[in-house]
Amino acid sequence: MLKIKNYVKVESLEEAYELNQKRTACVLGGMVWLKMGNRNITTAIDLSGLGLDTITETEDEFVIGCMTPLRDLELHKGLDTYTNGAVRESLRHIVGVQFRNCATVGGSIWGRFGFSDVLTMFLALDTEVELFKGGRVCLSEFVKMPKDRDILVRIVVKKTPVKTCYLSQRNTKTDFPVLACCVSLSESGVKAVYGARPAKAFLLEDKEHLLDGMENLNDSEKKEVWEKFAEYAATHVSTAGNMRGSAAYRTLLVKVLTRRALEAVGGMTDEN
Amino acid sequence: MSYVNQSLQKKDAMALVTGKPVYTDDLAPKDCLIIKILRSPHANAWVEDIKTDTAMKVEGMVCILTWKDVPKKRFASAGQTFPEFSPYDRLILDQHLRFVGDAVAIVAGETEAAVDLAMKRIKVKYRVETPVLDMHTAKDNPVLVHPEEDWESKFPVGADNKRNLAAKGHEEMGDIDQVLAGCKYTVDEVYHTKADQQSMMETFRTYCTKDHFGRLNVVASTQVPFHLRRILGNALGIPSSSIRVIKPRIGGGFGAKQTEVCEIYPALVTWLTGRPSKIVYSRYESLICASPRHEMEVHVKVGADENGIVKGIKVEALSNAGAYGDHSPTTIGLTGHKAIALYRNLEAYAFDYEVVYTNVQAAGAYRGYGATQGLYAVESAVNELAHKMNMDPAKIRELNMPIEGEPMYDYDGNLTRTASCAMDRCLARAKEMIGWDEKYPYKDMGNGKVRGVGLAMAMQGSSIANVDVGGATLKLNEDASYTLSLGCADMGTGCDTILSQMAADCLETEIDNIVAFGVDTDISPYDSGSYASATTYATGNAVINACGELKKRIIRIGAQMLGVEPKQADFDGKKVYAGEKEVSIQDVAYKGTCGNNQELQVTASFSSEISPPPYMVGAAEVEIDKETGNIDLIDYVAVVDCGTPINPNLARVQTEGGVAQGIGMALMENVQYSKEGRIRENSFMQYKIPSRVDIGNIRVEFESSYEKSGPFGAKSIGELVIDTPCPAIADAVYNASGVRVRELPITPEKVAMGILENQLKGEKNR
Amino acid sequence: MKINFWLNGAKKEEEIRPDTMLLEFLRSLGCYSVKRGCETANCGLCTVLVEDRPMLSCSVLAARIDGKRVMTMEGLQDEAKEFGTFLANEGAEQCGFCNPGFIMNVLAMTKELEDPTEEEIKEYLAGNLCRCSGFIGQTRSILKYLEYKKESNMEKQENRNQESAEKEVQA
Repeated sequence: MLKIKNYVKVESLEEAYELNQKRTACVLGGMVWLKMGNRNITTAIDLSGLGLDTITETEDEFVIGCMTPLRDLELHKGLDTYTNGAVRESLRHIVGVQFRNCATVGGSIWGRFGFSDVLTMFLALDTEVELFKGGRVCLSEFVKMPKDRDILVRIVVKKTPVKTCYLSQRNTKTDFPVLACCVSLSESGVKAVYGARPAKAFLLEDKEHLLDGMENLNDSEKKEVWEKFAEYAATHVSTAGNMRGSAAYRTLLVKVLTRRALEAVGGMTDEN
Repeated sequence: MSYVNQSLQKKDAMALVTGKPVYTDDLAPKDCLIIKILRSPHANAWVEDIKTDTAMKVEGMVCILTWKDVPKKRFASAGQTFPEFSPYDRLILDQHLRFVGDAVAIVAGETEAAVDLAMKRIKVKYRVETPVLDMHTAKDNPVLVHPEEDWESKFPVGADNKRNLAAKGHEEMGDIDQVLAGCKYTVDEVYHTKADQQSMMETFRTYCTKDHFGRLNVVASTQVPFHLRRILGNALGIPSSSIRVIKPRIGGGFGAKQTEVCEIYPALVTWLTGRPSKIVYSRYESLICASPRHEMEVHVKVGADENGIVKGIKVEALSNAGAYGDHSPTTIGLTGHKAIALYRNLEAYAFDYEVVYTNVQAAGAYRGYGATQGLYAVESAVNELAHKMNMDPAKIRELNMPIEGEPMYDYDGNLTRTASCAMDRCLARAKEMIGWDEKYPYKDMGNGKVRGVGLAMAMQGSSIANVDVGGATLKLNEDASYTLSLGCADMGTGCDTILSQMAADCLETEIDNIVAFGVDTDISPYDSGSYASATTYATGNAVINACGELKKRIIRIGAQMLGVEPKQADFDGKKVYAGEKEVSIQDVAYKGTCGNNQELQVTASFSSEISPPPYMVGAAEVEIDKETGNIDLIDYVAVVDCGTPINPNLARVQTEGGVAQGIGMALMENVQYSKEGRIRENSFMQYKIPSRVDIGNIRVEFESSYEKSGPFGAKSIGELVIDTPCPAIADAVYNASGVRVRELPITPEKVAMGILENQLKGEKNR
Repeated sequence: MKINFWLNGAKKEEEIRPDTMLLEFLRSLGCYSVKRGCETANCGLCTVLVEDRPMLSCSVLAARIDGKRVMTMEGLQDEAKEFGTFLANEGAEQCGFCNPGFIMNVLAMTKELEDPTEEEIKEYLAGNLCRCSGFIGQTRSILKYLEYKKESNMEKQENRNQESAEKEVQA
């Protein structure tokens, strides 16, 4: 059972940071994951008094406080419109409304869990995380960083014009994904992200430039390059087996979901 | 006013929907000792040494019990009538640990924190041995799950602990090999079902106190209060008369609570310490050390002639008992009987079975009780047979299903005549509801998705013939109300209500005039309990008998008051009358309390020589994604012949709930083991039961026959309804995708990979 | 540590351990409607309202309700009975163990969603497991309840309209 010796609702990030320098301290997220462990926490640091539970939309970006419940992300009209419904799609399968009212975006991103729909979704966008000490770091960099004693304060999504599609395959509708795939298409090209491989979400780049100039292609040519990219993804996204599915099945899904997501962001189908 | 066949609200409904504290843990005294169990991390190990002294020093600790502290007499924990078919192979705590999760020590203290800390401080030295984890290699394996000399089987069920056998047997009629050899079409396949978990929302829990007579009072979430009393007495080595079992409202059972799972621990602690104690199992414990379904591999050979007449069925079942044999010799019987009996034209059948001990969680009773596994196998094989002969699977059923008055081989292999049976109407209606003729076998949706339909039949029983006993005590109270005391266990199904409906009709009174009471083994009449689809049928008949006798007594007293002979008088619910003379029930009731030598209280028992089967047909429509293998269940129709539905709403919800559980078994519920024998699906995060977005639509209708031996023509419904989804969905998936899945659950991966495999083999896909 | 909060409308001050979870805390205060069905936040049985939001009390640290308003079914008896009657009229309450969490979420849903479709209802309630009913009867009861609420709201509105019309006439 989780044991907590002291609970501190901090009054500033500075205070939180100071307290968090002890290895036995822990910043609380939504608690849906943390409470299942057997950790002995000397100081539980609660950020919920710092007003970090809101989403602010400006002309250029969405600024999402780390304590924002997943449910608020899911219901946010601006994010929904900006991502063609992909954000909502990435969240609505996660257990249930009450769960998503508890779980926070900061907890989901900080945990860098393999199964994370949230991480998969945001990796496909132009996303930065704001760390108290580390400042703004590109999410794709953050994912690779080891867990340290810093504090994740906000998530910032730049409003780069983008089309996004989020797809997942699950054994039951509210289960973790067997595979999640989010593809975004912007001026800078395609980002394809794969979650629940089952390892941590992986951002695939189009290193062979298979999709370069695809906007100039006709429909059947488009389909051809998308199929090629899907093949490319299947060979370059490493998968493994676990109790939810085999590596081979995941690789099959990488291919199918990639192609479908490309078709959606390429305007051929309406998947979200 | 007639109440039977009316959809009344359950009598306890308002307490339940407003969240009243009516369940075991809500009622437990606040000063209960908290009990937790230290569990084996090994699948096969011996406790060489166990040190508890440091743990006992934790403040608030009261006792830590180990194998040295418990009686050395083996017992069975299956809730069955005595003498049990299940082997006596358990101790409360054993030095030999037989699965990951087996109990090592009982830890009781004043607070949960104290117990948690103490658990960490118990030092156990294990001698770890190689486990038997594969049921295929269990029989005659040099590693024995039960090597002990005091293992005992009270019945000749073919059990032999020196061969890892919990049961073994053979039954036959005619020469099956010869009949199958003469069949133009045969199918020969193996079907594999998993150790599915009942997953009732309320986990196992019990609290105990000692009363003013020094007796052990046990309040337990159980389906079998009377068996539980005997089992606890057996296990503790004390007379049953020292034990009183009370069943409050319970949060679901589905067979899980037909086994003593956690009750013994507080019983022992309170018996030894004299202090109230309780145990509440976590979901984790409920999934790793409880009483799930028997995993089975069922090998079916079935043959038909060129006209589709099914001539022979051979069933060879291998069942996995796990570490203990509770319910093992009995579940396996249904695996053959309920499936084979569905085919009326058989010239021969054979049924061979082995139930083996292995070092995994012991199985128990789960709704369907072996029949579910057998029906998945046989109904799937018959579907495969139909495809092989290019016959509509509905047609082959029409040609072979049970028909009222036609032959049936019953559970003892006797040739009998089918009694009440509307299977023909069930099939016709199910076909109509699902749109079978338009939709069979599949429809390409043109968007990468294909829809397919599939169906199956099923039957179950209504109580165990010559075994189960229903009991009812009925008394007329001073205020002319009646108290109906019951020994069967309402576990949310509503039997307290439907039995009251029957009583109200028999006594021609208002439903609110019946007070239902159950269960307290000190007060309630004996009843074998709520399992084996027995309650409506067996206890229902007991209620009717009790009503009949009580009416006679009411008439006798009334006649006496009127000064006439009893045979001249009659009773209409409101008054006893003879010609113009009459006396009100109210006055008879008063008379019963004053200057009266004739008690206005009756207890009746009922046990049946037959177990009339309820029947049903289930049909599924699924949509398959040809690339991902994703399976969406679009529609499920269930048409049920349970005889007269006493309360149509409750019968309908039984059906919807049973079908949903069957859908879970068919499509998502899985039990996998690590190579050390640890269950991987050990929480609701991993063991996925259906949520409301997983099941599509379920539509239920009744095509009722009238069962003459049943109360108001009723048969059972509780178990039957879980039996059709596995075979029906399996065939719908096949019809949509061309992929035949013979191991449950049918996952998108199996379908997608199967489609690829078929492509490689050059077989035609949808 | 000490916390101040409102439980079912009543102001409370209680001493808690820092690691007490809301579920156990509420039961210790006599709110026995709050049930536990799992340890992994998957069943929805422990649903309560915190500041009107349905939350899993198994996952909320009691310390975090300091200064907040918590509602359990003990504080929503009339609403529970009103919807519960529809549930019971389908026979879909069954064993009842999941009912409090389920009904709390239904009540939250009726506040949050306007005129939801059947699909929206199912999605909103997907985190509430039930092993007895197969869910279909629950859905039937919700649809009937929503219909009833709509009609009674319309009636109320009509009555209001009539009253104001009468007032106008009188004026």
